[in-house]
Amino acid sequence: MCKATCKELFGVFFKIGAFTFGGGYAMIPIIKREIVEEKQWLSNDEMFDIIAIAESTPGPLAINSATFVGSRVAGFKGALAATLGVVLPSFLVILVISQILLQIEHFQIVKNAFQGIRAGVVVLIGSALISLFRQIKKEAFTCIVLLAAFILAWGFDINSIFILILCGLSGVIWSCYLDRRAGK
Amino acid sequence: MIYLKLFWEFLKIGAFTFGGGYAMLPLIQRTVLKNNWITEKQLVDFIAVSESTPGPLAVNMSTYVGVRTAGIGGALAATFGVVLPSFLIILLLSGCYKKFQNSKIVRGAMTGLQPAVVALIAAALLSVIGSVFDIKNLFSGDNLLSVAVVLIAGFLCYKKKHPIMIIGASALMGMFAGAVL
Repeated sequence: MCKATCKELFGVFFKIGAFTFGGGYAMIPIIKREIVEEKQWLSNDEMFDIIAIAESTPGPLAINSATFVGSRVAGFKGALAATLGVVLPSFLVILVISQILLQIEHFQIVKNAFQGIRAGVVVLIGSALISLFRQIKKEAFTCIVLLAAFILAWGFDINSIFILILCGLSGVIWSCYLDRRAGK
Repeated sequence: MIYLKLFWEFLKIGAFTFGGGYAMLPLIQRTVLKNNWITEKQLVDFIAVSESTPGPLAVNMSTYVGVRTAGIGGALAATFGVVLPSFLIILLLSGCYKKFQNSKIVRGAMTGLQPAVVALIAAALLSVIGSVFDIKNLFSGDNLLSVAVVLIAGFLCYKKKHPIMIIGASALMGMFAGAVL
């Protein structure tokens, strides 16, 4: 039973990994169609739960949802099969592409193309930044954290992991303080 | 040993990438530059490749840095490292996620983490801009091309065009400028 299910999990997530470009939220409609509608491994509510969990746990959405669905459907082995399935296509494609790039990157036309692409990437990062910024609740606390984190990162070149831990902790302390004040 | 180093560095990146995708950029940027694994320009080039190939950005980028640094073994070590933290955390949580989701501590931590991620990406973006534009030579051909690309790509982005199309248009403009100038 598990063997067949695990194979199926691997297959479905391989497909999801192979056909979503850009990852993250681009995956949600495909996950919904494959996992909720066709295989009925999850209910619609559970899928929204996964998205919420993926947002508050580290790691890419694709990995988080593959592991979650896999473990729900067939335990640890299922989680392993689904995660391996979603990772494998990108892994293989990138191995091939990095070899091709090594062969062609010294050509002038490729250099020219990448000269243009780099500025395009600036726009892509900028647009990701704007959409993430829009999602933040604009309160005094979040604005202070944003400013402080930026100054630490840009002005003082402090390690990002340290900044993240610091900001996470200050969020916990702040929400405890708010609760206590509301309680009184 | 390089494999162990790659695994460890990408394990840290995987464990601290909240929000996925570009949230990883500040962490990966610092790591690859500090260790001299690839240059910032190569990293930016590769963001474009990751956006144009299937799969999550995080997996694509770690596989690429791994294979460039230490071949297939390096790719395996880096990718395994970046995936492992989410895998283990979700495995632990899949039974009790309702409790986790409603936990005050998790919610509190997220209110601090969200603005921090935005700030870190902003700092990373400034650094990327510094590597794309030549500050010393403001009116160089490359800078003019970059400004033109930013305008056109910005417009396409505003029109909600797919990243692949934006990258394709930027590449064409680069090739055109290279042929003309």
